[in-house]
Order: sequence, then C-alpha cells, then structure tokens
Amino acid sequence: MVEFLNVIFSGISIGSVLLIAALGLAVVFGLMGVINMAHGELIMLGAYTTFVVQNVFKGLGSPLSETYIILAIPMAFLVTALVGLLLEKGVVRFLYGRPLETLLATWGVSLILQQFVRSVNWVLVIGITLFCLLFFGAWWVVSRRPDFDRIRNLFFTIMLPLSAAISAVVGVVLAQTYKLAVTQPWFGAQNVNVTAPKWLQGGLNIGDLRLPYTRLFIIFLTILCVAGIYYFFQRTAWGLRIRAVTQNRSMSSCLGIPTQKVDALTFALGSGLAGVAGCAISLLGSVGPNTGQNYIVDTFMVVVVGGVGKLVGSIVAALAIGTVSYIIGSNALAPLLSPIPPLADFFGFFATTSMAKVMVFALIIVFLQVRPAGLFPQKGRTVDA
Amino acid sequence: MVSVNKAIAFQPISPREILLQVSGINVYYGESHILRNVDITISNGQMVCLIGRNGVGKTTLLKTIMGLLKSRTGTISFAGESITGKSPDRRAKMGIGYVPQGREIIPRLTVEENLLLGFEALPKGRKGNEKISEEIFELFPVLKTMLWRMGGDLSGGQQQQLAIARALMAKPRLLVLDEPTEGIQPSIILEIEAAVRRIVQTTGISVLLVEQHLHFVRQADRYYAMQKGGIVASGATSELSQDVIQKFLAV
Ligand SMILES: Nc1ncnc2c1ncn2[C@@H]1O[C@H](COP(=O)(O)OP(=O)(O)OP(=O)(O)O)[C@@H](O)[C@H]1O
Ligand SMILES: [Mg+2]
Repeated sequence: MVEFLNVIFSGISIGSVLLIAALGLAVVFGLMGVINMAHGELIMLGAYTTFVVQNVFKGLGSPLSETYIILAIPMAFLVTALVGLLLEKGVVRFLYGRPLETLLATWGVSLILQQFVRSVNWVLVIGITLFCLLFFGAWWVVSRRPDFDRIRNLFFTIMLPLSAAISAVVGVVLAQTYKLAVTQPWFGAQNVNVTAPKWLQGGLNIGDLRLPYTRLFIIFLTILCVAGIYYFFQRTAWGLRIRAVTQNRSMSSCLGIPTQKVDALTFALGSGLAGVAGCAISLLGSVGPNTGQNYIVDTFMVVVVGGVGKLVGSIVAALAIGTVSYIIGSNALAPLLSPIPPLADFFGFFATTSMAKVMVFALIIVFLQVRPAGLFPQKGRTVDA
Repeated sequence: MVSVNKAIAFQPISPREILLQVSGINVYYGESHILRNVDITISNGQMVCLIGRNGVGKTTLLKTIMGLLKSRTGTISFAGESITGKSPDRRAKMGIGYVPQGREIIPRLTVEENLLLGFEALPKGRKGNEKISEEIFELFPVLKTMLWRMGGDLSGGQQQQLAIARALMAKPRLLVLDEPTEGIQPSIILEIEAAVRRIVQTTGISVLLVEQHLHFVRQADRYYAMQKGGIVASGATSELSQDVIQKFLAV
C-alpha cells in the first residue's frame, strides 16, 4: 500500500514538473503550430531570474528573504514573457507557416540565449541597451517623417553600423576604465544554486512515506498554472480571441480580431509559463546555461503524446509519462515480477534514470504508431471544418 | 417597402452616397491573373448582386474587398476612406460584415461564442459585457435553442444562419454575402432570403450578394455580371433580361 502511494506521489511529482515545463510549449506549439526550440532556454532564464531575485532578497535580512519565491514567480513570468515577446516580434513573426525555418531560427536563438547567460556582464548589458536606444530611437524619430518608405534603406545603411560602432566604442572604453568590475560575467559558465526558502525545506511524513515540501509546492504551482490558463482561455475576451485565431486565422481577422496582437500575446504567455517552470525547477537542483536543453525533449514528448491543441491531453500525458518513468526508473515492479526471472531481469536492466528514459522513448514511439494524433485527437465534424 | 429601395436605386448616384468603391483592381493567385480591372460601386442602403458562373472570380473579388487578398493595382475605398492597404480586421472594424462561402464557423467554439466574436468588429473590439440582442434571435430563432452546441456540429443551413447573425452583431454598414444559399435545402433558403430582406428593410444597411438563385437575385437593386475575372454587364435587376440570366446564372 505504501509502495503504491509512493508510486502515485512520485508519478504526480515528476509529472507536475514535466507538465509545468510543457505548458508553455503546449500553448505555443499546440495553439499556434509554432515549434519554439528556445522554450528550454526560456525555462532556464526563469530559473536565473529566480536566482537574481533570491540574491536581491538576501540583502533584506532574514524574515523577508524567506519570501523571495513569492515575488520570483511573477518576476520570472514577466522577464521570460518579455523575452518571448521580443522573440516573436523579432524572429518568429516572419516565419509563420514555415515550420522548418522556425525550428532553425529558434534553435539559433536558444544557442544565443545560452551564451548570453554565460557571458552577460555590465559592458554587454550597457552596450546592448545603448544600441537599442540609438537605433530604435532614431527609427522612431525617422519613421514619423512622411517620406520614410523612400529613405528606409538609407536609414538602415547609416544607422545600423553607426549605432553598433558607438555602442562598441562605449563598451571598450568602459571595459578599459573600470576593468574587472564591469567585465566580470554575472553568472559565468558554472551552475548557480537557488536554495529553497526555509519553509519549503523538509517534508511531510505520512507513515513511511515522505513528501518533500518543494515537490508539494511544485504540484501546487502546476495546478495553479493550469487553472489560470484554463480560466484565461475560457473566460476572458483575449482567451476567446486566441481560441478563434487558433482554429481559423483568416476568418478571425475578417471578424475584426487583430491576429498579430493575438500571436504576440500567445507567444508571450507561453514564454511566461516557461519562466514559471524555470522558477519551479530551480528549487529541485542547481541550474546552468544548459539546463534548458534537458527539458526541451521531455516537454516535446508531453505535447506530442497529449495531442496538439488540447490542454487536457498535455495534463494526462505529463502524469502518465511521469508515472511510467518513475516505475521503470525505480524498478517498482520488481516485487511483482520476481516470480518470472527473465522479465525481472529485463526491467532491472532499465532501472536507472537514463535507461528509463530510453524505455519511455521506446514506449512513446510504439504509442504514436497506434495513435499518431496523440491521446486526445480532434474528432467529429470539427476536424474537416 | 421594396419599392422604396427600388426608388433609391434609380436615383443618380451622388458621390456623397457612395459606400464602397472598387476601382480598377487586378488580383493574381501566383502568376494566374484572376481579376481584371474590376470596378464596382455600392451606395448607402443599396443591395447589389454579383452574378457569374463557377470559377469566374466572384469569391476572389469579395476576398479582395475584405482584405484577405491583395490587389496588385487599383484602389478600394469604403465610406470615403481608402482601405486598399488595410488589414481585414481594420476593415471589419470600419463596418464591413463578411459571410464567406463555406460559412467558416469556428468549429470548436459554441454557437454563443461564435456570435460573441461578432462584437470584435466594434470599433474598440469586444469588451466582454455585450449582450446578444433579441433581434438576432427573431431573425434566426433556431440559434436561440442551440447556444451551447459546438459551431462545427450544426447543419449547413444552421451554420449559414449563424454566419449571417455573426456578421450582423456589430451592426455593419455593408454586409458581404458569398453564396448564402449554396447547398442548402429550399425551405431554409426561403428563411435566409426573408431574413436578408428584413435586415435590409429594417436597418438600411448595404448588401453585396453573390447568388445563383434567380428569385434571390431579384431582391437586389442592381446586379453586376462577371465573366473571366472582369465585369461584363451591370444594371438594375428589374431589367435583368432572359439573355443575361441564361448567360450568367447556373440555373
Ligand atoms: N487559393 C487559390 N489558388 C489558386 N487559384 C485559385 C485559388 N482560389 C481560387 N482560385 C482560382 O481563381 C478562380 C476564381 O475563383 P473564385 O473562387 O473566385 O470563383 P467563384 O466565382 O467564387 O466560383 P464559385 O461560384 O464556384 O464559388 C478560379 O479559376 C479558381 O480556380
Ligand atoms: Mg465562390
């Protein structure tokens, strides 16, 4: 019985991490058909945001610093939503309807983001900010001229190198004058640690079963996110707009829905959810620039198994994958299988985290042969409509 | 009532009254030239019918008016303002209600949600507190009984009524109907015709209709006949000759 409860709890626990990481992807991939390879890196950014918020709160002293997580969650959401918005406005927007290019471009962005957190320092930040101020400031001024379309190319050939050069010079001068104080990377290539606040350390003991508070917190956070998304999609005007655009883009625009705004908002929402996921996983262990890569495959599995465009599918898939991974990885079936030695040996062989992943992969491939459209495919008249 | 509309149609069109003006548009699908120098004018309160055989470019013209397709040359103006470069959502907000061929009901939204989406064409978009007016249900009583059904589960005729109702929600100035009776049983066709007639009479909005059924065509004040992507004939529908009917209607 305890064994059974343990399996359930661990399954839910692993599943909730998978789900919270996959939610944003399900929103973007499922609803917009855009494959965002940088989703993992957005998760990573969320985790780093949590790290920064934690360090800022450390300066505030004991009772207050224990509450950092409460602020870190919305902060992580905002930061990654903003990055997602930039990504949509700057890259993805131009690639709608071209999945392969989107895949490549967002993969490129994911590499840039990884390198960014490794090498970000004051010089870089000041340089980029300066460049944006100069270039987009000039753009804003010039674009109000009536003959902007004519001088557009001229503007780019002059302003782009000019702003880049000015920012670069300022950066070099800063680096020369202040040396290490501004060139030292903020985070560097090594992992950083977020320590759970005191009230999340320890766990709940039920008989022999121990439920760590951090895990319970993540489960709670996941439920909150799912409920929030559900409410947003079903009950708000923007939610309805998103659902309409998802199903019939051109008709939605003919009805008066600003589809570009809807795209940007959806992408920002999905990215923001990645940030919340980052906040959650930062509680589970140290995070580094490559953390996102560990999650991107898992999250794709969840979305694909669940079926595109259905949140329920993602939920069930995450829980199922979580439970199966745990059962295989911890060899929980061993007592049941011991009467049949070959089977017991077989499962014993897969009873490590990485081998369990292999097994889960294989199972998913088999599953997709049977149900190519996932757990909850769209059905009925609505498919061909 | 009908005679009142006719009277308006016969007056010379003064520029002030023009609601939609399409001038010299050329539209291509890739390299195939579909619309050739099309001109169309619709006045306030006028009902105009566009006729022509299958594949001549009627739907293409309506899509261009809606902004779903870009014309290579030519201009479109609506209510005195050029809309040539505007996106479909901006055009909808200016007061063009569109009922496309094939109806394009959003399948996995309820009938009620589909109707509420009609409010997106209000100048500031849907706020969320709008109520569906009773007039809509008086026009299409069948919708009231199935507000909670999925739009995609309705029959073709019900979907058509829903599409028209949806286009009317934000009280447009021009209603664009693309073959509203296509593939629909005769009794429902009569209902739809009656509804459109009532809309025109009670609200005075302009209508641009693509239609194959002669008796529906005759409800319009004017007709434009299309052939191979160009307008080849036009005039008052009361003067529709047997010759024109033979040539341009698939009946
Ligand atoms: N997406 C498309 N790509 C390429 N060609 C198209 C496309 N849509 C329509 N066409 C072509 O454009 C021409 C005009 O099509 P359109 O749909 O406007 O005709 P229609 O007059 O509305 O016909 P119907 O009465 O059958 O609805 C046709 O020859 C058609 O083959
Ligand atoms: Mg057509």
